[in-house]
Amino acid sequence: MSRAIVLYLHVHQPYRIRHYSIFDAGVDHRYFDADYDHRTSNERIMHKVAEKSYVPTNRRLIKLLNDHPEFKLSLSITGTAIDQMEAWSPEALQSFKDLAATGRVEIVGETYHHSLAFFYSKEEFENQVNMHKKKIQDMFGQTPKVLRNTELAYNNDIAYWADKAGYKGILAEGWDKVLGWRSPNFVYRPAFTDNIRLLMKNYKLSDDIAFRFGDRSWAGWPLTADKFSHWLNESGDATNFNLFMDYETFGEHQWDESGIFGFLEHLPNEWLKKEGNTFMTVSEAIDAFEPVDQVDTPFTTTWADAERDLSAWLGNGMQASSITALYELEDRIKHCGDLQLLEDWRKLQASDNFYYMCTKWFNDGDIHAYFSPYENPYDAFIAFMNAYHDLLFRLSEKGVEV
Amino acid sequence: MLGWELPPHNSGGLGVACYQLCKSLSKKGADIEFVLPYKADHGIKFMTVTAAHPQGVTEIQKSGIAYDSYKYIYSDGHVEVKDIYSQVHMYEQAVAQLTFSRQYDVVHAHDWLTFRAALRAKQNLNCPIVLHVHSIERDRAGGKKGNPLCHEIEGMSFMIADRIVAVSQHTKNMIIEDYGIPEDKIEVVHNSIDQDEFEPIDGNNSYRYLEAMQGKGYRVVVAVSRLTVQKGLPNFLHAAKEVVARAPKTLFLIVGSGEQYYELLELAADLGISKNVIFTGFLRGKQWRDAYAVADLFVMPSISEPFGLTALEAVGYGTPSLVTKQSGVAEVLRNCLKVDFWDINEMANKITAVVQNDSLRDTLHYNSYAEFTRLSWSAAADKLLHIYHKETAGARV
Repeated sequence: MSRAIVLYLHVHQPYRIRHYSIFDAGVDHRYFDADYDHRTSNERIMHKVAEKSYVPTNRRLIKLLNDHPEFKLSLSITGTAIDQMEAWSPEALQSFKDLAATGRVEIVGETYHHSLAFFYSKEEFENQVNMHKKKIQDMFGQTPKVLRNTELAYNNDIAYWADKAGYKGILAEGWDKVLGWRSPNFVYRPAFTDNIRLLMKNYKLSDDIAFRFGDRSWAGWPLTADKFSHWLNESGDATNFNLFMDYETFGEHQWDESGIFGFLEHLPNEWLKKEGNTFMTVSEAIDAFEPVDQVDTPFTTTWADAERDLSAWLGNGMQASSITALYELEDRIKHCGDLQLLEDWRKLQASDNFYYMCTKWFNDGDIHAYFSPYENPYDAFIAFMNAYHDLLFRLSEKGVEV
Repeated sequence: MLGWELPPHNSGGLGVACYQLCKSLSKKGADIEFVLPYKADHGIKFMTVTAAHPQGVTEIQKSGIAYDSYKYIYSDGHVEVKDIYSQVHMYEQAVAQLTFSRQYDVVHAHDWLTFRAALRAKQNLNCPIVLHVHSIERDRAGGKKGNPLCHEIEGMSFMIADRIVAVSQHTKNMIIEDYGIPEDKIEVVHNSIDQDEFEPIDGNNSYRYLEAMQGKGYRVVVAVSRLTVQKGLPNFLHAAKEVVARAPKTLFLIVGSGEQYYELLELAADLGISKNVIFTGFLRGKQWRDAYAVADLFVMPSISEPFGLTALEAVGYGTPSLVTKQSGVAEVLRNCLKVDFWDINEMANKITAVVQNDSLRDTLHYNSYAEFTRLSWSAAADKLLHIYHKETAGARV
């Protein structure tokens, strides 16, 4: 019986809103074009991440693909990340195309704009998933067969939708509240579905790499490829180890100095030393293994925080009121016939915009947990709402009642 | 402890800070004699309050306003009115008298008005002196050089002091910049606030009119401040004009008195926002508390604010704060809006955002109140005790 590492990396960059003040609303409709030196400059951030993470990581991945015929992985790349690479880092985009061209890198489907649309507008969600599918076909010549929702936000409804839409698999957090005594290291079947399969992130093993790798106070430090392979080999019954994480783990969240690239370079070699060990893409794992059980998820889980819920995006009043206000514009935006306005509205939907407004860590004083280009959550909210007011202004210019 | 005022005979934050610090210190066992330049009943039991009278003076009467003249009544019945420099001089002499009859381990003096007296005490007693800086001359002069005499007294005293305590990093930086004092001679001890010192708000707010207008969709922005150049109120009014242009249902309440009063009235008129700006004059007690409570946002537009206790008071009375980055309170309160004092557009941008979004106001307040409840003067007193111990261990004769 073979055992597979299912490595899945998530690539995303949002369009961050610049310092957009009430004096800009109604005057300057460019919400996302910060000065290059500013913290919210999307161009500068893309340059930095491409240099520190995308290009050096892909160079190593392509070498691993060449050296080890068994090595495989899956990626999801949001539409907005691809757009930014097209504009500011063609080199990074080409390196992703080179990966896909090997035939051993599967691209996972999701919303184009990294939005939480599923919870606010099913129609908009479908629009964005289809936009993303088209973009992936154009860029990489493949059609996504497995779906992930933004932030790995998952429940029975999403699985049901994806099943009906013809996806063969969907990804979710392997959260204890859902799994109970069961292990994430198998293939499951979502409740109330016919054909679709569920792959659940092994968050302990994934976070060993994504969060704890460089932490010198962690008992597992330093984590080496042979130690990690040993843990997997010793971990009892399992068919697939689902290692799901942000792509930027390599070189950005964990810096080069932490040794993360050395870990990646050696992992296939160490893992493949044992007979029967292999790598699979998400689709291959679904094809290879029968589901062992059904998983019922009546509430929404995500891959964030101790709570594993949506509270980091929708937990406070600012977040709830701003996202509701944005989706209330849907019909008017879609019927006014202004494609630029529609695109700006969609960029504003990025879940990142609401994450920046989160006050729960800010209040605890844990600034390190707070990934944000803004000084504080209130500034993030103010910039967002001013952009929202400008959307209203543009609608009213078109003669739409606002 | 040498100080210039204590509540209720205080003109502003200095008296409140001295009172709270001493109260917290005495709880931790410090035996304090607080020497004031005037005689009045403060109803204080936790320390000895002494009036330092120069020889022959039986009574000194002070008015409520800082820097006003005092009335000195002599035993032979004649009365002299003294300006601030004469008062400083008389206070110094009176403190010098005290030092001949008493022993102290440390002399701790608050702000330049008492610094000369502290130097005299050091001379006579050979004890360490700690100078506590609640503001320096540049603060009071609104960022300009200020009065050369005050500047001189501060500079000289800082050189001779055994230890300097600044109420914020902001103030510490300015002491280093303006007086060239070595960094390691200055400790930062932030002011604080104790929630059990708060008079509760009763359900009946004094501002009926404002509440009625809020019911009609208006939002109220309040500034509680001495109307003086340091406080940056002209910038606030310029920002108010921009806010009203975008959110006409915004009212600005300005609480306080000072030499800029007429100037600000005229400025509001010139800007065409007189209808939206309400001046209350100097307030105490319930009306003062209710001004904080009724507002949707408190603004402290100070050009240079060594600490800025009002921002914490506002939070305590239920209103979130917008403060300038040139303030000490910006160093301790995370959940508030922050702007540069000169950035009128950004101030307007943020005020507009709050008056247009109740969710911003409520989230800000919810989180800042949580911070507020964790604050107390106890930590400040601990730091001071530590400084006293360090200084006396080496300097005792």
